[in-house]
Amino acid sequence: MTDISATNIPMAAGAGRYLTFILGASSYGIPVLNVREIIRLSPITPVPKMPHYIKGVINLRGTVVAVLDLRSKFEMPTIPYGERTCIVVIQVPGSTGGNILMGAVVDAVEEVVSLAANEIEPTPDFGGMPDTQYILGIATIRGGVKTLLNIQKIFLEDGSVAMHGITPQTLSNVTE
Amino acid sequence: MTAEFRASLSDIEALLAPLAEELAFISPGSDGGLLAINAIIMDLEGLSPDELPPQVAVAVGTARVWLDTILDGTGQFTDEAVAFFQEWHDWMTEALTAAHTGTPPPAWPVAWVLAAPAVVAPPAPLAPAAAPPQVAAPEPAAEVAAQTAFGAPEERSITLNIAADGDLLREFHSESMELLQTIEQGLLVLEENPQDTGTINSIFRAFHTFKGGAGFLHLDAMRDLAHELESLLDAIRRGERSVSMSTIDAILGGTDALALYIREIGEQMNGVNAGAPIVVPTSQLILRVQAALRGEPDPVVVPVVLPAAVAAEPPGPSIEVLPATPLATPMATPMAQSAVATPVSSLAAVVPVPAPVTVAAAPKAPAPRAAAAPARNDADRDGAAGFVKLETSKLDSLINLVGELVIAQSMVLQNPDVQNINSLELVRSVRQLSRVTKELQRNATSLRMVPIRGLFKKMGRLVRDLAINTQKQVQLVLDGEETELDRNIVDKMADPLIHMIRNAIDHGLESPAERVAAGKSALGTIRLSASHARGGIVIRIDDDGRGLNGERILRKAIEKGLIHSELGLSESEVYSLIFLPGFSTAEKVTDLSGRGVGMDVVRGSIESLRGKVETQSALGVGTTFKILLPLTLAIIDGLLVGVGEERYIIPTLSVRESFRPHAGMVTSVQGRGEMVAVRGRQTPVLRLGAYIGTTSHSTRPEDGILIVVESGDQSRALLVDELIGKQEVVIKSLGHAFEQQNIVAGGAVLGDGWIGLILDVDTLVRLPQNTRAPVLTNSAGNH
Repeated sequence: MTDISATNIPMAAGAGRYLTFILGASSYGIPVLNVREIIRLSPITPVPKMPHYIKGVINLRGTVVAVLDLRSKFEMPTIPYGERTCIVVIQVPGSTGGNILMGAVVDAVEEVVSLAANEIEPTPDFGGMPDTQYILGIATIRGGVKTLLNIQKIFLEDGSVAMHGITPQTLSNVTE
Repeated sequence: MTAEFRASLSDIEALLAPLAEELAFISPGSDGGLLAINAIIMDLEGLSPDELPPQVAVAVGTARVWLDTILDGTGQFTDEAVAFFQEWHDWMTEALTAAHTGTPPPAWPVAWVLAAPAVVAPPAPLAPAAAPPQVAAPEPAAEVAAQTAFGAPEERSITLNIAADGDLLREFHSESMELLQTIEQGLLVLEENPQDTGTINSIFRAFHTFKGGAGFLHLDAMRDLAHELESLLDAIRRGERSVSMSTIDAILGGTDALALYIREIGEQMNGVNAGAPIVVPTSQLILRVQAALRGEPDPVVVPVVLPAAVAAEPPGPSIEVLPATPLATPMATPMAQSAVATPVSSLAAVVPVPAPVTVAAAPKAPAPRAAAAPARNDADRDGAAGFVKLETSKLDSLINLVGELVIAQSMVLQNPDVQNINSLELVRSVRQLSRVTKELQRNATSLRMVPIRGLFKKMGRLVRDLAINTQKQVQLVLDGEETELDRNIVDKMADPLIHMIRNAIDHGLESPAERVAAGKSALGTIRLSASHARGGIVIRIDDDGRGLNGERILRKAIEKGLIHSELGLSESEVYSLIFLPGFSTAEKVTDLSGRGVGMDVVRGSIESLRGKVETQSALGVGTTFKILLPLTLAIIDGLLVGVGEERYIIPTLSVRESFRPHAGMVTSVQGRGEMVAVRGRQTPVLRLGAYIGTTSHSTRPEDGILIVVESGDQSRALLVDELIGKQEVVIKSLGHAFEQQNIVAGGAVLGDGWIGLILDVDTLVRLPQNTRAPVLTNSAGNH
């Protein structure tokens, strides 16, 4: 987080370090520069009459941070929170200046990977799968596929996004 | 006109529109609109000169000269001035149209050049004085003192009316100290960087404000000096004069003289020689400033300040000149050496003497001065010297941190492990810690608190001007001016209050003839009071005028389509119609009120401060507006309530009462949902748990607690499971994700680290109630 300009999310994924995490059967990546911290699931105060994917707010050392459930946001079936469930606190530049902090509940955090430009492919055309604008690219590392997310778009937009995990199978379906 | 000006053109147009309205009402021999026009011209001057088309900038300058002439003179428009301003406005309009279309601006009216009023004629320059006695004293004040010693002209004196203007003087005094500081710091910057337009502007504004304040208090000698300095700065600002060493000297000399006045005023406020005339030699200074303004060399023979000398010593901020004795102002001690010759002579110059003749630069301080020294020490301690000016953001973060500290403390204390420790020692330490944090919090919160006095005093002036304008007899009675509240709130309340007072005088109070006919005293009374109530502050504006005419309000509201029918509106609901956008009952539009922006803006600003307005009125007897405000914006007093597993905070300011209902108190009314009688009034019940969507423990009302909350004149009883407690909480914004919703107004970290959500009572109260259709249209609920 030393480079402030790096928090301006590019429209295509660039080389760099990514934090990968798991939702369901798929793995996703977001730029490490946008990750403020990863915390264990802490008590979430629900806020009434909010969209289902907004879980509520948490107290992050005195700061009130909204938490959204990425599974709900991506219209995946919800599962009970488990041992490895955690909150990734993400920092994105707000539309009116300043940074916005938001927490995202994910199934589990995997690792931080360094991606070279040649490891990142542009978003393939999934033939009608609608929400490719939320995907910046696909990275294939050690046989695994990581979907690189456009977090600014995902976090600052209202409404849920139908995002079904990209697995090696879906990729091979597209290429066939 | 080039495109770069385009952005500011709309700014100018935005200012010209209200100006046109003001100009429509000015008339020769009256001062109506003068202050408003002055304010608009000041706004125009405040636009960056680089952004203005050059001719427009010059035109604004011309208007300023006219205005200053009026302000410095009779304070009333003359025939010529009225003609000028009408012509001026026409020209500006044309110039702006030309600027838009890119055509050359209209011709400059010749008459302006000819008819421009002469600047206050300077007194004839006297023979320059000889060199000052002390060679090593380049301080301007010393020069002044020295010059006056050599037969200077008779200096004008100012006399304070402490009994009548005490508060205003005090305010002027402390404001001036700040201004002088701004000026001095600015001059230091200018010496390094003479082109710094920002600094030049800030010095200009400081002198302008100074002049305004002095003029208002009839301190003419000060006002004239400040006026000359302002003109010089204005010329520099416009690039007509450059900043040279001698200009800075002249300005510093003037600043020092002003500082001497201010110091003397401060002393008199503290009872030293109160009421004696104050003489500071200024005529030579004025000559110097005027010479600098004309770009001529300094008419007064002064030792030239060598750049080396400037580098060696800070160039004469007033603090060097001012200390009477080094021990009176310890911070000046390091500089006392350089100033040692100066203070004595400048002191001699300010010593109030019965006859307005300046005492020569005596080498020793006269006796009264010595006697006054202890008093001055006190003054320095409680007076303006004891103030620190700092950014409000720093205060805010301090207050936030203290809030966090209190929370962190209670988290530690409520920790089960800590609670299991059985130690008297710990109990004692904890008690001590709690006492310190509580005191710290109280202190931190009080930092932001200022008495409402300043705001109230401004209204005094407004009432006076409005009374003259409307030819009504009005007295303003102030009460509870010492009530303190958050500085931010005080600042933001100025506009709503001005508007409401305008309304009260313009619409509320009758003309003296009408009043007498109605059997009232011809003198109308407006009472402005502030007091603590319901965990906040209540500001009341009472007038004894004609009162609100409910029928006329209703008719008007229906006519304007603000409501559909008058059915089912209670009296106070009718009064609240005046707060709807676009409502104005004034049948004639005056220059005071009735310009469209109305009570809806007032209500908007009050609600943005989390406050509310209540209206009471009796036809023929008067109207009362009650403004309820929180004490501070950062912390609220809240009721912590439990609903199912959740806890919510209800701002105490909105809570009227809470009680546990008996069985049968809550009744179901066909088609209107559940109601409960609260003090004889049927109040709709909202089951908070059911509304919010959590499981509530109390299925029967008598198992829970009813909390009666109100917003505007509507109220609603919220059914909650339990009342957990009452506490002060630090409000936190919930952030971006929750901007769209209006059920929760914010969050607060509770003692156990959980977040309690602060309910937005306005929303809950205004929720449509089952099948009962809202009587008011949507706009009524918006704010």
